[in-house]
Amino acid sequence: MKSLSSINLSQDFSGLGGICRAIRTFVYCPPSRANPSPISLTHSSLRVSRCSTSLLSVTMEEAKKQALDAEKAALLVKELRKSFNSGRTKSYEWRAAQLQSISKMIDERAKDIIQALQLDLSKPELEAFVSEISMTKSSCQKALKDLKHWMAPEKVKTPITTYPSSAEIVSEPFGVVLIISTWNYPFLLSLDPVIGAIAAGNAIVLKPSEIAPATSSLLARLLGEYVDGSTIRVVEGAVPETSALLDQKWDKIFYTGSTRVGYIVMAAAAKHLTPIVLELGGKCPAIVDSNIDLEVAARRMIAGKWVCNNGQACIAIDYIVTTKSFAPKLVDALRLALEEFFGKNPLESQDMSRIVNLYHFRRLAKLLDEDGTSDKIVLGGQRDENNLRMAPTILLDVPEDSTIMQEEIFGPLLPILTVDDIQDSFHMINSKPKPLAAYIFSNDDGLQKQFVQNISAGGMLINDTVLHLTIPTLPFGGVGESGMGAYHGKFSFDAFSHKKGVLYRGFKGDTAARYPPYTPEKQRLMKALIRGDIIGIILALLGWSKE
Amino acid sequence: MEFEDEVVEEMERELEEMRECYRSGRTREASWRKSQLKGLLQLLREREEEIFRALHQDLGKHPAEAYRDEIGSLIKSLNYALDGLKRWMSGKKAKLPRIALLTSAEIVPEPLGLVLVISSWNFPIGLSLEPLIGALAAGNAVVLKPSELAPECSSLLANAIPCYLDDKAVKVVQGGPGVGEQLLHQKWDKIFFTGSVRIGRRVLAAAAEHLTPVTLELGGKCPAVVDTLSSSFDRKVAAQRVLGGKFSFAAGQVCIGVDYVLVDKKFSSTLVETMKVVMKKMFGENPRESRSVARIVNKHHFIRLQNLLLDPMVKSSIVYGGSMDEDNLFIEPTILMDPPLQAAIMTDEIFGPLLPIVTLNKIEDSIKFINSRPKPLAVYVFTKDESLRRSVVSKTSSGSVVSNDVVVQYLADTLPFGGIGESGMGRCHGKFSFDAFSHQKAVMRRSFLVDFWFRFPPWNDHKLQLFRSSYRYDYLGIVLTVLGLKKTDRVSKSVQTSN
Repeated sequence: MKSLSSINLSQDFSGLGGICRAIRTFVYCPPSRANPSPISLTHSSLRVSRCSTSLLSVTMEEAKKQALDAEKAALLVKELRKSFNSGRTKSYEWRAAQLQSISKMIDERAKDIIQALQLDLSKPELEAFVSEISMTKSSCQKALKDLKHWMAPEKVKTPITTYPSSAEIVSEPFGVVLIISTWNYPFLLSLDPVIGAIAAGNAIVLKPSEIAPATSSLLARLLGEYVDGSTIRVVEGAVPETSALLDQKWDKIFYTGSTRVGYIVMAAAAKHLTPIVLELGGKCPAIVDSNIDLEVAARRMIAGKWVCNNGQACIAIDYIVTTKSFAPKLVDALRLALEEFFGKNPLESQDMSRIVNLYHFRRLAKLLDEDGTSDKIVLGGQRDENNLRMAPTILLDVPEDSTIMQEEIFGPLLPILTVDDIQDSFHMINSKPKPLAAYIFSNDDGLQKQFVQNISAGGMLINDTVLHLTIPTLPFGGVGESGMGAYHGKFSFDAFSHKKGVLYRGFKGDTAARYPPYTPEKQRLMKALIRGDIIGIILALLGWSKE
Repeated sequence: MEFEDEVVEEMERELEEMRECYRSGRTREASWRKSQLKGLLQLLREREEEIFRALHQDLGKHPAEAYRDEIGSLIKSLNYALDGLKRWMSGKKAKLPRIALLTSAEIVPEPLGLVLVISSWNFPIGLSLEPLIGALAAGNAVVLKPSELAPECSSLLANAIPCYLDDKAVKVVQGGPGVGEQLLHQKWDKIFFTGSVRIGRRVLAAAAEHLTPVTLELGGKCPAVVDTLSSSFDRKVAAQRVLGGKFSFAAGQVCIGVDYVLVDKKFSSTLVETMKVVMKKMFGENPRESRSVARIVNKHHFIRLQNLLLDPMVKSSIVYGGSMDEDNLFIEPTILMDPPLQAAIMTDEIFGPLLPIVTLNKIEDSIKFINSRPKPLAVYVFTKDESLRRSVVSKTSSGSVVSNDVVVQYLADTLPFGGIGESGMGRCHGKFSFDAFSHQKAVMRRSFLVDFWFRFPPWNDHKLQLFRSSYRYDYLGIVLTVLGLKKTDRVSKSVQTSN
């Protein structure tokens, strides 16, 4: 886990510099009332005004102290495994009760949730309500409504070879699962997989992201209050805690976050043969054809970029490809709509999230300031480091080898690349790793069809953005570098269930052909049986051969 | 060393060509997929005798066994895939809420790209071609690496496959662990591995370097719970099926074979007596001559199995068989009664013709016994008692469960075949094989005509109310809010003041 610590420390704590925020140190506390387990990891808050070199060393020391927590993590898993083995999580009643509690929690504590998201990301209340609270709530409701149906064994047909028999596919929980979530939608991306894991009947440890500390601590508090603490736990913390958790043996790991950490999670899972779901990101392209209703399209592009947590979303548009001749019109339409949405001075707008922390702010600034990129800005470019605000920024024709076109942007910068013929965009997209989502705006049926056929992506949406993830009947998940496995709706249930094939036979209906000693007659009968060849079976039984 | 570098370079060049072939889109065509599956069918038909010979040379398999487990079951799978191909390939419409007006959605399966199939030696043809069927049906370019421990079958596959399949998109790479390691270093879009837990871990670690999704078909100690059966007919059938499932599938060298039997102490002697009778009938007085028992694959495994019996406590528990012939790598089908539980024979996967019977005070204890060990690939239960059957299904965890029979789940295309925990991850067979090699791509289409103005900022309480209604699919609420007839929510005000 060495690599994990070295990668993340700088970004986890660098955000403290700009904005005097609460950071928490994670200490081991004796059993408390809210969380009666002796091994629960609780936290105390420490208010720090400005980042200093000493702060970083303090944090490092705290981190070292925590590195000893592998033992406690092992105890935690052991305890949860004991609860799981008691069988309580398997019952419909337990699952439904937990889901009902979460649903109730969302209703009763919506205000707290919105506030935490304000603190962590300055997420506009309405955006928070739509993309986090409503999405989580509807996912919970869907699971509650369909739970019985999902849990029921699925009857399947059996072949003549095993006649007489009946068969079904039984969904069983994996056991004790680990869910590691991320900071951009810290509420939704924590609870959505938890809902799936509960529906499937697993015991759960949730590790929310320390980069959204207010939501992380709120989740720890709320889940402690609303759900069964002997089977569902929240562990807060940063790299050392995550490493300690990843060292344990889990029955499934569900990770949402960056591709870089995805590699680390998978390597850790490999040691224990643990199956995983990785929800990563990638550079999601949007192809914009010239035959479209530009006003509507521009609005939808903005909804898929800046209305998504100011571009800090895994399915936000990363870059646009359009034709040379259409690009100026597109830029004008975007400019107009952006002004309508966020006003003349977007840095002041309360309708847009800020950048999560200083590390990410500087990363984005660096992308923008790179030689060959900085002179391509056609709109926006304003930023306010003190408040971590960055205006919607559009860049035209940045070089393909620039950093902004090599890395996932994850912020309010939108490069527009131009091609002579819109068909050329396919090649451009296919030369990059497979993205989580791909979008196209076009009224040309042929082009749409080619797009679906030729471009590989986790999911795709034609003439709109982001909406596909609100549809519970569609699997949501990546392919290639954008992840593996899928969830949402029943797919969430399936992601946390093992599909056990169960075959029932009577004692009758045995053919001697199955057993040694083998004779030529038996061989003939077997051939017929396996081919499902009724005439052959009769002939073989009568001692005749068709040959 | 230099030579090796050259080999690696050559391999990389070939793989790049295969990727190029995949990118050309050829393998995606339904006609291509169909022709490959038909090519495999033809291969099995035309090379049947050669396959029998190779399986006999590698494992001493009787042709009847070879046909039942490998050729025949492959033909069945191929026919099933050819029959379902069109249906599997077509996109599946997804239901949408009414609020998504003028919108359609479907789930489109697409191939993953260039995939690697690594198979094992115990069913060297079946376990190579079964995943290949899924990979080809799903439209991938495939590299197959058969096991070097079944050399005749490996070279047969390497020679025959290019004659029947598209050699630009399907390749067989032969070799030992060194070649396997080199292959694992490459970037694949999927790895499908059948084999041991030890190598499974290695495969998964290698896959993690490239974020490659993996299906692992491993093994484990599959128990057979045999309840006290009162009718002699049932006893005979149960004994036949357990023993058949142990000794007549590659001499117990099979991942879903019975590893050990759990039985009530009071019933154990009756069961053993029945088993002895059945054994005599199946393999005669001299099993070595019967040709109905496959041999052990190689010296290494022979010695491993021999060592399992070295422990005097284990040796003394033998109640049937026990003879060995090292020169012919033959081990007589052997039954043991209550060998020590801490002995290797009860802690490791046996993978050979030794069958321990473990007695319990009552048959219900078998649930606890099974749950205290790693999850097996299969659990078998022979009973007429519905409640015992139900508790085995719901209280134990395994890849699959079969009641009153063994191994036949392998033939059911409609059931997912695959392990959990130490017995593997991912599933295959029938449509599940197709899915293992496909990405389920969500595709949604929208029109420009309907656009809810409330989706976009600047935000206000009015828009909040509309979102509330739309997420609850509360159509009346939407209408009322749009008409200005519904009171808007006050949450936003309270949050703003509290800040």
